[in-house]
Amino acid sequence: MRIINIKPGRPLAVFLMLLPFVAVFVAYAIGSEIRLAENPSDKLLPAPGTIWDTAWRLITEADRRSGRILFWHDTGASLMRLGLGITISALTALVFALLIGLLPLARSFLAQFVAVLSMIPPLALLPILFIVFGLGETSKVVLIVVGTLPCLIRDLGQRVVELPQELRVKAQTLGASSWVLALRVALPQLMPRLIQAVRLQIGPAWLFLIAAEAIASDLGLGYRIFLVRRYLAMDVILTYVIWITILAFLIDWSFRWVSRRVFPWAEDSL
Amino acid sequence: MSFVTVRNVFQSYGPRPIIERVNFEAEEGAFVSIVGASGCGKSTFLRLLLAQEQPTRGDIRVAGADPAREPGLDRGIVFQRYSVFPHMTVRENIVAGESFRRPWGRFFGADRKAALARADDTLARIGLDHVADQYPATLSGGMQQRLAIGQALVAKPRVLLLDEPFGALDPGTRLSMHDFLQDLRAETGMTVFMVTHDLEEAFKLGDRVLVFDKPRWDPHDPNRYGATITYDFDARDGGIPFQTLKEDTHVLQANG
Repeated sequence: MRIINIKPGRPLAVFLMLLPFVAVFVAYAIGSEIRLAENPSDKLLPAPGTIWDTAWRLITEADRRSGRILFWHDTGASLMRLGLGITISALTALVFALLIGLLPLARSFLAQFVAVLSMIPPLALLPILFIVFGLGETSKVVLIVVGTLPCLIRDLGQRVVELPQELRVKAQTLGASSWVLALRVALPQLMPRLIQAVRLQIGPAWLFLIAAEAIASDLGLGYRIFLVRRYLAMDVILTYVIWITILAFLIDWSFRWVSRRVFPWAEDSL
Repeated sequence: MSFVTVRNVFQSYGPRPIIERVNFEAEEGAFVSIVGASGCGKSTFLRLLLAQEQPTRGDIRVAGADPAREPGLDRGIVFQRYSVFPHMTVRENIVAGESFRRPWGRFFGADRKAALARADDTLARIGLDHVADQYPATLSGGMQQRLAIGQALVAKPRVLLLDEPFGALDPGTRLSMHDFLQDLRAETGMTVFMVTHDLEEAFKLGDRVLVFDKPRWDPHDPNRYGATITYDFDARDGGIPFQTLKEDTHVLQANG
Protein backbone atom coordinates (compact mmCIF):
# COMPACT_ATOMS: atom_id res chain seq x y z
CA MET A 1 0.00 0.00 0.00
CA ARG A 2 1.28 3.45 -0.88
CA ILE A 3 2.08 5.69 2.02
CA ILE A 4 -0.08 8.44 0.50
CA ASN A 5 -3.10 6.20 1.09
CA ILE A 6 -2.45 5.36 4.72
CA LYS A 7 -4.79 7.40 6.88
CA PRO A 8 -4.57 7.42 10.68
CA GLY A 9 -7.62 6.42 12.72
CA ARG A 10 -9.02 8.78 15.33
CA PRO A 11 -6.90 7.58 18.32
CA LEU A 12 -3.71 7.51 16.25
CA ALA A 13 -4.46 10.95 14.83
CA VAL A 14 -4.84 12.41 18.33
CA PHE A 15 -1.68 10.66 19.46
CA LEU A 16 0.28 11.99 16.48
CA MET A 17 -1.09 15.45 17.08
CA LEU A 18 0.04 15.45 20.71
CA LEU A 19 3.38 13.80 20.00
CA PRO A 20 5.42 16.86 18.93
CA PHE A 21 4.14 18.87 21.92
CA VAL A 22 5.11 16.12 24.34
CA ALA A 23 8.42 15.54 22.55
CA VAL A 24 9.41 19.21 22.83
CA PHE A 25 8.42 19.30 26.48
CA VAL A 26 10.34 16.13 27.30
CA ALA A 27 13.41 17.32 25.38
CA TYR A 28 13.30 20.60 27.26
CA ALA A 29 12.85 18.87 30.62
CA ILE A 30 15.81 16.58 29.97
CA GLY A 31 18.03 19.45 28.83
CA SER A 32 17.04 21.51 31.85
CA GLU A 33 17.66 18.54 34.13
CA ILE A 34 21.17 18.01 32.75
CA ARG A 35 22.14 21.65 33.07
CA LEU A 36 20.69 22.04 36.56
CA ALA A 37 22.44 18.89 37.75
CA GLU A 38 25.73 20.49 36.78
CA ASN A 39 24.92 23.94 38.09
CA PRO A 40 21.83 24.39 40.32
CA SER A 41 21.82 28.16 39.76
CA ASP A 42 21.84 27.86 35.96
CA LYS A 43 19.44 30.41 34.45
CA LEU A 44 19.36 29.33 30.84
CA LEU A 45 16.96 26.40 31.04
CA PRO A 46 14.86 26.73 34.17
CA ALA A 47 13.04 23.58 35.29
CA PRO A 48 9.40 23.27 34.14
CA GLY A 49 8.38 23.46 37.80
CA THR A 50 10.18 26.78 38.20
CA ILE A 51 8.47 28.16 35.11
CA TRP A 52 5.11 27.05 36.47
CA ASP A 53 5.81 28.73 39.83
CA THR A 54 6.94 31.89 38.10
CA ALA A 55 3.88 31.85 35.83
CA TRP A 56 1.60 31.46 38.83
CA ARG A 57 3.35 34.30 40.63
CA LEU A 58 3.11 36.54 37.55
CA ILE A 59 -0.55 35.81 37.03
CA THR A 60 -1.70 36.19 40.62
CA GLU A 61 0.65 38.48 42.55
CA ALA A 62 0.70 42.25 42.25
CA ASP A 63 3.88 44.16 41.52
CA ARG A 64 5.26 45.48 44.80
CA ARG A 65 6.04 48.94 43.46
CA SER A 66 2.89 49.72 41.49
CA GLY A 67 0.46 47.36 43.21
CA ARG A 68 -0.82 46.11 39.84
CA ILE A 69 -0.61 42.62 38.41
CA LEU A 70 1.67 43.55 35.55
CA PHE A 71 0.98 40.36 33.60
CA TRP A 72 -2.63 41.32 32.95
CA HIS A 73 -1.80 44.97 32.34
CA ASP A 74 0.83 43.92 29.82
CA THR A 75 -1.67 41.63 28.15
CA GLY A 76 -4.35 44.31 28.09
CA ALA A 77 -2.04 46.96 26.65
CA SER A 78 -0.70 44.64 23.96
CA LEU A 79 -4.10 43.29 22.94
CA MET A 80 -5.44 46.85 22.79
CA ARG A 81 -2.67 47.89 20.39
CA LEU A 82 -3.01 44.72 18.35
CA GLY A 83 -6.80 44.95 18.15
CA LEU A 84 -6.77 48.61 17.22
CA GLY A 85 -4.08 48.12 14.59
CA ILE A 86 -5.72 45.09 13.01
CA THR A 87 -9.19 46.66 13.03
CA ILE A 88 -8.03 49.89 11.38
CA SER A 89 -6.00 47.89 8.90
CA ALA A 90 -8.86 45.52 8.04
CA LEU A 91 -11.47 48.24 7.56
CA THR A 92 -9.16 50.37 5.44
CA ALA A 93 -8.14 47.36 3.37
CA LEU A 94 -11.80 46.50 2.79
CA VAL A 95 -12.55 49.90 1.29
CA PHE A 96 -9.43 49.97 -0.88
CA ALA A 97 -9.88 46.37 -2.00
CA LEU A 98 -13.43 47.10 -3.16
CA LEU A 99 -12.25 50.19 -5.02
CA ILE A 100 -9.34 48.39 -6.67
CA GLY A 101 -11.30 45.24 -7.42
CA LEU A 102 -14.44 46.83 -8.79
CA LEU A 103 -13.34 50.05 -10.46
CA PRO A 104 -10.87 49.77 -13.35
CA LEU A 105 -10.12 53.46 -12.84
CA ALA A 106 -9.10 52.91 -9.22
CA ARG A 107 -7.11 49.83 -10.23
CA SER A 108 -5.05 51.83 -12.71
CA PHE A 109 -4.62 54.54 -10.13
CA LEU A 110 -3.73 52.50 -7.04
CA ALA A 111 -2.78 48.89 -7.75
CA GLN A 112 0.85 49.47 -8.73
CA PHE A 113 1.31 52.05 -6.00
CA VAL A 114 0.13 49.61 -3.33
CA ALA A 115 2.33 46.88 -4.80
CA VAL A 116 5.37 49.14 -4.43
CA LEU A 117 4.34 50.25 -0.94
CA SER A 118 4.08 46.65 0.21
CA MET A 119 7.76 46.19 -0.66
CA ILE A 120 8.87 48.70 2.00
CA PRO A 121 10.07 46.82 5.09
CA PRO A 122 7.77 48.23 7.80
CA LEU A 123 10.39 47.96 10.54
CA ALA A 124 12.63 50.29 8.55
CA LEU A 125 9.88 52.88 8.92
CA LEU A 126 9.72 52.46 12.70
CA PRO A 127 12.18 55.30 13.46
CA ILE A 128 10.15 57.62 11.24
CA LEU A 129 6.96 56.60 13.04
CA PHE A 130 8.60 57.29 16.41
CA ILE A 131 9.74 60.69 15.18
CA VAL A 132 6.40 61.62 13.67
CA PHE A 133 3.96 60.08 16.15
CA GLY A 134 6.08 60.15 19.29
CA LEU A 135 6.77 57.21 21.55
CA GLY A 136 3.16 56.73 22.72
CA GLU A 137 0.45 54.36 21.60
CA THR A 138 -0.05 55.94 18.19
CA SER A 139 3.29 54.93 16.73
CA LYS A 140 2.80 51.29 17.76
CA VAL A 141 -0.68 51.07 16.29
CA VAL A 142 0.49 52.83 13.15
CA LEU A 143 3.35 50.36 12.77
CA ILE A 144 0.89 47.45 12.84
CA VAL A 145 -1.31 49.23 10.30
CA VAL A 146 1.61 50.13 8.05
CA GLY A 147 2.95 46.58 8.30
CA THR A 148 -0.25 44.73 7.51
CA LEU A 149 -2.25 47.11 5.32
CA PRO A 150 -0.47 46.80 1.95
CA CYS A 151 -0.57 43.00 2.06
CA LEU A 152 -4.23 43.01 3.06
CA ILE A 153 -5.13 45.42 0.26
CA ARG A 154 -3.29 43.36 -2.34
CA ASP A 155 -4.73 40.09 -1.13
CA LEU A 156 -8.32 41.31 -0.84
CA GLY A 157 -8.16 43.35 -4.02
CA GLN A 158 -7.16 40.20 -5.85
CA ARG A 159 -10.07 38.34 -4.22
CA VAL A 160 -12.51 40.97 -5.53
CA VAL A 161 -10.99 40.77 -9.00
CA GLU A 162 -11.46 37.00 -8.86
CA LEU A 163 -15.20 37.25 -8.22
CA PRO A 164 -16.80 35.56 -11.24
CA GLN A 165 -17.49 37.98 -14.07
CA GLU A 166 -20.85 36.22 -14.40
CA LEU A 167 -21.99 37.52 -11.02
CA ARG A 168 -21.09 41.10 -11.89
CA VAL A 169 -22.97 40.90 -15.18
CA LYS A 170 -25.92 39.20 -13.52
CA ALA A 171 -26.19 41.92 -10.88
CA GLN A 172 -26.13 44.56 -13.61
CA THR A 173 -28.94 42.85 -15.50
CA LEU A 174 -30.96 43.00 -12.26
CA GLY A 175 -30.49 46.77 -12.33
CA ALA A 176 -27.78 47.08 -9.67
CA SER A 177 -25.79 50.31 -9.63
CA SER A 178 -22.04 50.21 -8.98
CA TRP A 179 -22.80 51.04 -5.36
CA VAL A 180 -25.33 48.20 -4.97
CA LEU A 181 -22.93 45.82 -6.70
CA ALA A 182 -20.25 46.71 -4.15
CA LEU A 183 -22.63 46.62 -1.19
CA ARG A 184 -24.71 43.54 -1.95
CA VAL A 185 -22.47 41.36 -4.12
CA ALA A 186 -18.79 42.14 -3.60
CA LEU A 187 -18.75 43.12 0.09
CA PRO A 188 -20.62 40.10 1.50
CA GLN A 189 -18.51 37.73 -0.57
CA LEU A 190 -15.37 39.51 0.55
CA MET A 191 -16.11 39.24 4.28
CA PRO A 192 -15.06 35.59 4.81
CA ARG A 193 -11.97 36.28 2.75
CA LEU A 194 -11.23 39.30 4.89
CA ILE A 195 -11.28 37.11 7.98
CA GLN A 196 -9.03 34.62 6.25
CA ALA A 197 -6.58 37.34 5.19
CA VAL A 198 -6.57 38.89 8.67
CA ARG A 199 -5.86 35.47 10.18
CA LEU A 200 -2.77 35.28 8.02
CA GLN A 201 -1.70 38.79 9.01
CA ILE A 202 -2.02 38.19 12.77
CA GLY A 203 1.49 36.72 12.81
CA PRO A 204 3.18 39.76 11.21
CA ALA A 205 1.02 42.01 13.42
CA TRP A 206 2.45 40.37 16.57
CA LEU A 207 5.93 40.75 15.13
CA PHE A 208 5.49 44.48 14.60
CA LEU A 209 3.81 44.92 17.96
CA ILE A 210 6.60 43.22 19.90
CA ALA A 211 9.26 45.06 17.92
CA ALA A 212 7.66 48.42 18.66
CA GLU A 213 7.15 47.54 22.33
CA ALA A 214 10.71 46.31 22.68
CA ILE A 215 12.11 49.61 21.50
CA ALA A 216 9.93 52.17 23.24
CA SER A 217 7.23 51.33 25.75
CA ASP A 218 6.55 51.05 29.46
CA LEU A 219 3.90 48.35 29.31
CA GLY A 220 3.16 45.40 27.05
CA LEU A 221 4.11 41.81 26.50
CA GLY A 222 7.01 42.63 24.18
CA TYR A 223 8.29 45.31 26.51
CA ARG A 224 8.33 42.90 29.46
CA ILE A 225 10.21 40.21 27.56
CA PHE A 226 12.91 42.62 26.50
CA LEU A 227 13.05 44.16 29.97
CA VAL A 228 13.66 40.91 31.88
CA ARG A 229 16.13 39.80 29.21
CA ARG A 230 18.62 42.01 31.06
CA TYR A 231 18.31 39.81 34.13
CA LEU A 232 18.42 36.59 32.12
CA ALA A 233 14.99 35.77 33.61
CA MET A 234 14.28 32.88 31.28
CA ASP A 235 11.35 31.71 33.40
CA VAL A 236 9.55 35.02 32.85
CA ILE A 237 10.44 35.15 29.16
CA LEU A 238 9.22 31.62 28.58
CA THR A 239 5.98 32.30 30.46
CA TYR A 240 5.34 35.31 28.26
CA VAL A 241 6.26 33.49 25.07
CA ILE A 242 3.90 30.63 25.90
CA TRP A 243 1.18 33.13 26.78
CA ILE A 244 1.63 35.03 23.50
CA THR A 245 1.44 31.75 21.62
CA ILE A 246 -1.76 30.80 23.41
CA LEU A 247 -3.26 34.23 22.70
CA ALA A 248 -2.34 34.05 19.01
CA PHE A 249 -3.79 30.57 18.76
CA LEU A 250 -7.03 31.61 20.47
CA ILE A 251 -7.37 34.65 18.21
CA ASP A 252 -6.88 32.49 15.14
CA TRP A 253 -9.32 29.88 16.39
CA SER A 254 -12.00 32.43 17.23
CA PHE A 255 -11.69 34.01 13.79
CA ARG A 256 -12.25 30.65 12.20
CA TRP A 257 -15.20 29.97 14.48
CA VAL A 258 -16.83 33.34 13.69
CA SER A 259 -16.26 32.81 9.99
CA ARG A 260 -17.94 29.41 10.06
CA ARG A 261 -20.89 30.69 12.05
CA VAL A 262 -21.51 33.91 10.18
CA PHE A 263 -20.69 32.75 6.64
CA PRO A 264 -22.00 29.19 6.38
CA TRP A 265 -22.25 29.52 2.60
CA ALA A 266 -18.48 30.01 2.32
CA GLU A 267 -17.54 26.87 4.21
CA ASP A 268 -15.84 25.22 1.25
CA SER A 269 -13.38 28.04 0.80
CA LEU A 270 -12.20 28.17 4.41
CA MET B 1 -40.47 47.12 -36.90
CA SER B 2 -38.64 44.16 -35.48
CA PHE B 3 -38.01 43.88 -31.76
CA VAL B 4 -34.32 42.98 -31.78
CA THR B 5 -32.31 44.44 -34.64
CA VAL B 6 -28.69 43.52 -35.29
CA ARG B 7 -27.20 45.62 -38.07
CA ASN B 8 -23.90 44.81 -39.76
CA VAL B 9 -22.14 43.82 -36.53
CA PHE B 10 -18.40 43.10 -36.47
CA GLN B 11 -16.45 42.14 -33.38
CA SER B 12 -12.73 41.60 -33.15
CA TYR B 13 -10.36 41.21 -30.23
CA GLY B 14 -7.22 43.05 -31.25
CA PRO B 15 -6.36 42.05 -34.81
CA ARG B 16 -8.39 38.84 -34.55
CA PRO B 17 -11.91 38.99 -35.99
CA ILE B 18 -14.46 36.87 -34.13
CA ILE B 19 -17.69 37.63 -35.91
CA GLU B 20 -18.30 39.69 -39.01
CA ARG B 21 -21.20 41.04 -41.03
CA VAL B 22 -23.93 39.77 -38.75
CA ASN B 23 -27.36 41.01 -39.76
CA PHE B 24 -30.39 39.73 -37.97
CA GLU B 25 -33.88 40.66 -36.88
CA ALA B 26 -36.21 38.97 -34.42
CA GLU B 27 -39.85 39.56 -33.56
CA GLU B 28 -41.02 40.08 -30.01
CA GLY B 29 -41.75 36.76 -28.33
CA ALA B 30 -39.44 34.76 -30.59
CA PHE B 31 -37.31 31.95 -29.19
CA VAL B 32 -34.01 31.98 -31.05
CA SER B 33 -31.51 29.15 -30.59
CA ILE B 34 -27.90 29.81 -31.52
CA VAL B 35 -25.65 26.89 -32.41
CA GLY B 36 -22.22 26.47 -33.94
CA ALA B 37 -18.85 24.88 -33.37
CA SER B 38 -16.69 25.94 -30.45
CA GLY B 39 -14.92 29.24 -31.04
CA CYS B 40 -17.39 30.38 -33.65
CA GLY B 41 -18.52 33.45 -31.84
CA LYS B 42 -21.83 32.22 -30.37
CA SER B 43 -20.96 33.40 -26.89
CA THR B 44 -19.43 36.58 -28.27
CA PHE B 45 -22.69 37.27 -30.06
CA LEU B 46 -24.59 36.69 -26.82
CA ARG B 47 -22.26 39.05 -24.96
CA LEU B 48 -22.95 41.65 -27.63
CA LEU B 49 -26.70 41.14 -27.24
CA LEU B 50 -26.19 41.52 -23.50
CA ALA B 51 -24.19 44.73 -24.07
CA GLN B 52 -21.43 43.29 -21.92
CA GLU B 53 -19.21 44.12 -24.90
CA GLN B 54 -19.51 46.76 -27.59
CA PRO B 55 -19.25 45.69 -31.24
CA THR B 56 -16.32 47.17 -33.13
CA ARG B 57 -18.75 48.02 -35.93
CA GLY B 58 -22.49 48.02 -36.35
CA ASP B 59 -25.16 48.23 -33.69
CA ILE B 60 -27.71 46.20 -31.79
CA ARG B 61 -31.03 47.68 -30.81
CA VAL B 62 -33.75 46.27 -28.61
CA ALA B 63 -37.26 47.69 -29.11
CA GLY B 64 -35.89 50.55 -31.19
CA ALA B 65 -33.91 52.01 -28.28
CA ASP B 66 -30.38 53.33 -28.72
CA PRO B 67 -27.67 50.65 -28.52
CA ALA B 68 -27.04 49.84 -24.86
CA ARG B 69 -23.56 50.57 -23.52
CA GLU B 70 -23.69 48.26 -20.51
CA PRO B 71 -25.87 45.40 -19.24
CA GLY B 72 -29.14 46.59 -17.79
CA LEU B 73 -32.63 45.70 -16.66
CA ASP B 74 -33.95 45.18 -20.19
CA ARG B 75 -31.77 42.10 -20.74
CA GLY B 76 -31.78 39.10 -18.42
CA ILE B 77 -29.05 36.50 -18.46
CA VAL B 78 -28.56 32.94 -17.26
CA PHE B 79 -25.04 31.54 -17.54
CA GLN B 80 -23.95 27.94 -17.41
CA ARG B 81 -22.41 28.51 -13.98
CA TYR B 82 -22.17 31.25 -11.35
CA SER B 83 -25.60 32.60 -12.18
CA VAL B 84 -26.92 32.95 -8.65
CA PHE B 85 -25.39 34.72 -5.67
CA PRO B 86 -23.75 32.14 -3.40
CA HIS B 87 -23.97 34.31 -0.28
CA MET B 88 -27.75 34.68 -0.41
CA THR B 89 -30.36 32.09 0.39
CA VAL B 90 -32.63 30.88 -2.38
CA ARG B 91 -35.39 33.26 -1.26
CA GLU B 92 -33.01 36.23 -1.04
CA ASN B 93 -31.75 35.43 -4.52
CA ILE B 94 -35.30 35.79 -5.85
CA VAL B 95 -35.87 39.00 -3.87
CA ALA B 96 -32.59 40.34 -5.29
CA GLY B 97 -34.18 40.18 -8.75
CA GLU B 98 -36.44 43.04 -7.67
CA SER B 99 -34.43 44.78 -4.98
CA PHE B 100 -31.07 45.31 -6.70
CA ARG B 101 -32.44 48.27 -8.65
CA ARG B 102 -33.18 50.12 -5.38
CA PRO B 103 -30.67 52.68 -4.04
CA TRP B 104 -29.47 50.36 -1.26
CA GLY B 105 -30.11 47.15 -3.15
CA ARG B 106 -32.70 45.98 -0.64
CA PHE B 107 -36.28 46.55 0.52
CA PHE B 108 -37.22 47.86 3.93
CA GLY B 109 -40.31 47.49 6.13
CA ALA B 110 -43.59 46.75 4.39
CA ASP B 111 -41.92 46.63 0.97
CA ARG B 112 -39.67 43.91 2.25
CA LYS B 113 -42.57 41.85 3.56
CA ALA B 114 -44.42 42.16 0.27
CA ALA B 115 -41.27 41.24 -1.67
CA LEU B 116 -40.70 38.16 0.49
CA ALA B 117 -44.30 37.07 -0.10
CA ARG B 118 -43.91 37.56 -3.85
CA ALA B 119 -40.63 35.63 -3.72
CA ASP B 120 -42.40 32.73 -2.02
CA ASP B 121 -45.03 32.71 -4.77
CA THR B 122 -42.29 32.65 -7.40
CA LEU B 123 -40.48 29.85 -5.59
CA ALA B 124 -43.68 27.82 -5.42
CA ARG B 125 -44.15 28.32 -9.15
CA ILE B 126 -40.63 27.16 -10.03
CA GLY B 127 -40.82 24.33 -7.51
CA LEU B 128 -38.14 25.52 -5.10
CA ASP B 129 -40.30 26.50 -2.11
CA HIS B 130 -39.00 23.57 -0.03
CA VAL B 131 -35.41 24.89 -0.18
CA ALA B 132 -36.19 28.58 0.24
CA ASP B 133 -33.89 29.02 3.23
CA GLN B 134 -30.94 27.06 1.89
CA TYR B 135 -27.87 28.44 0.17
CA PRO B 136 -27.46 27.72 -3.56
CA ALA B 137 -24.37 25.55 -2.98
CA THR B 138 -26.58 22.92 -1.36
CA LEU B 139 -28.84 22.71 -4.44
CA SER B 140 -28.42 20.35 -7.37
CA GLY B 141 -27.30 21.76 -10.72
CA GLY B 142 -30.82 21.66 -12.15
CA MET B 143 -32.29 23.45 -9.15
CA GLN B 144 -29.58 26.12 -9.32
CA GLN B 145 -30.40 26.77 -12.97
CA ARG B 146 -34.12 26.90 -12.21
CA LEU B 147 -33.33 29.44 -9.51
CA ALA B 148 -31.17 31.42 -11.94
CA ILE B 149 -33.96 31.52 -14.53
CA GLY B 150 -36.50 32.45 -11.86
CA GLN B 151 -34.25 35.23 -10.60
CA ALA B 152 -33.73 36.59 -14.10
CA LEU B 153 -37.48 36.53 -14.83
CA VAL B 154 -38.41 38.31 -11.60
CA ALA B 155 -36.57 41.36 -12.94
CA LYS B 156 -38.97 41.27 -15.95
CA PRO B 157 -36.39 41.70 -18.73
CA ARG B 158 -37.53 42.42 -22.29
CA VAL B 159 -35.09 39.85 -23.65
CA LEU B 160 -33.88 36.75 -21.85
CA LEU B 161 -30.42 35.47 -22.82
CA LEU B 162 -29.34 31.93 -21.99
CA ASP B 163 -25.68 30.93 -22.37
CA GLU B 164 -25.58 27.14 -22.51
CA PRO B 165 -27.91 27.07 -19.51
CA PHE B 166 -28.31 23.30 -19.43
CA GLY B 167 -24.81 22.37 -20.59
CA ALA B 168 -23.71 21.05 -17.19
CA LEU B 169 -26.88 19.07 -16.44
CA ASP B 170 -27.52 15.36 -16.82
CA PRO B 171 -29.91 14.29 -19.62
CA GLY B 172 -32.92 13.64 -17.35
CA THR B 173 -32.65 16.98 -15.59
CA ARG B 174 -32.15 18.63 -18.94
CA LEU B 175 -35.47 17.29 -20.23
CA SER B 176 -37.36 18.51 -17.18
CA MET B 177 -35.63 21.90 -17.56
CA HIS B 178 -36.91 22.02 -21.17
CA ASP B 179 -40.47 21.53 -19.93
CA PHE B 180 -39.90 24.14 -17.25
CA LEU B 181 -38.59 26.64 -19.77
CA GLN B 182 -41.41 25.96 -22.25
CA ASP B 183 -44.02 26.43 -19.52
CA LEU B 184 -42.46 29.70 -18.41
CA ARG B 185 -42.32 30.91 -21.96
CA ALA B 186 -45.94 30.06 -22.64
CA GLU B 187 -46.78 32.05 -19.51
CA THR B 188 -44.67 35.14 -20.16
CA GLY B 189 -44.30 35.18 -23.96
CA MET B 190 -40.89 36.76 -23.69
CA THR B 191 -38.16 36.97 -26.27
CA VAL B 192 -35.44 34.41 -25.66
CA PHE B 193 -31.98 33.87 -27.13
CA MET B 194 -30.31 30.61 -26.19
CA VAL B 195 -26.77 29.51 -27.03
CA THR B 196 -26.41 25.74 -26.94
CA HIS B 197 -24.17 22.92 -28.11
CA ASP B 198 -27.08 20.53 -28.35
CA LEU B 199 -28.74 20.62 -31.79
CA GLU B 200 -31.72 18.61 -30.63
CA GLU B 201 -32.30 21.04 -27.80
CA ALA B 202 -31.92 23.97 -30.20
CA PHE B 203 -34.62 22.68 -32.54
CA LYS B 204 -36.91 21.46 -29.77
CA LEU B 205 -37.04 24.76 -27.90
CA GLY B 206 -36.39 27.33 -30.60
CA ASP B 207 -38.68 28.95 -33.15
CA ARG B 208 -35.59 29.79 -35.10
CA VAL B 209 -32.15 28.23 -35.10
CA LEU B 210 -29.18 30.38 -36.08
CA VAL B 211 -25.99 28.62 -37.08
CA PHE B 212 -22.71 30.46 -36.63
CA ASP B 213 -19.87 29.35 -38.86
CA LYS B 214 -16.93 30.75 -40.78
CA PRO B 215 -17.93 31.16 -44.41
CA ARG B 216 -14.38 31.99 -45.44
CA TRP B 217 -11.50 29.84 -44.33
CA ASP B 218 -7.82 30.48 -44.89
CA PRO B 219 -6.00 27.16 -44.37
CA HIS B 220 -2.75 28.99 -43.64
CA ASP B 221 -4.29 31.27 -41.05
CA PRO B 222 -7.50 29.83 -39.58
CA ASN B 223 -8.05 32.93 -37.46
CA ARG B 224 -7.95 35.27 -40.44
CA TYR B 225 -11.72 35.51 -40.87
CA GLY B 226 -14.56 35.70 -38.41
CA ALA B 227 -17.80 33.75 -38.19
CA THR B 228 -21.23 34.89 -39.19
CA ILE B 229 -24.77 33.52 -39.35
CA THR B 230 -24.63 30.92 -42.12
CA TYR B 231 -28.09 29.37 -41.66
CA ASP B 232 -31.30 30.69 -40.23
CA PHE B 233 -33.73 27.81 -39.84
CA ASP B 234 -37.40 28.05 -39.11
CA ALA B 235 -37.67 25.50 -36.33
CA ARG B 236 -41.40 25.73 -35.68
CA ASP B 237 -43.53 22.66 -36.35
CA GLY B 238 -40.67 20.33 -35.69
CA GLY B 239 -38.37 22.05 -38.14
CA ILE B 240 -40.64 21.51 -41.15
CA PRO B 241 -41.50 24.94 -42.51
CA PHE B 242 -44.61 26.02 -44.44
CA GLN B 243 -46.85 23.64 -42.54
CA THR B 244 -49.23 26.28 -41.33
CA LEU B 245 -50.88 28.19 -44.08
CA LYS B 246 -51.05 31.87 -43.34
CA GLU B 247 -54.08 32.51 -45.57
CA ASP B 248 -57.56 31.18 -45.35
CA THR B 249 -57.80 29.58 -48.76
CA HIS B 250 -61.11 28.41 -50.17
CA VAL B 251 -59.55 25.01 -50.88
CA LEU B 252 -59.07 24.22 -47.22
CA GLN B 253 -62.45 25.64 -46.31
CA ALA B 254 -64.18 23.48 -48.87
CA ASN B 255 -62.55 20.37 -47.51
CA GLY B 256 -63.46 21.29 -43.95
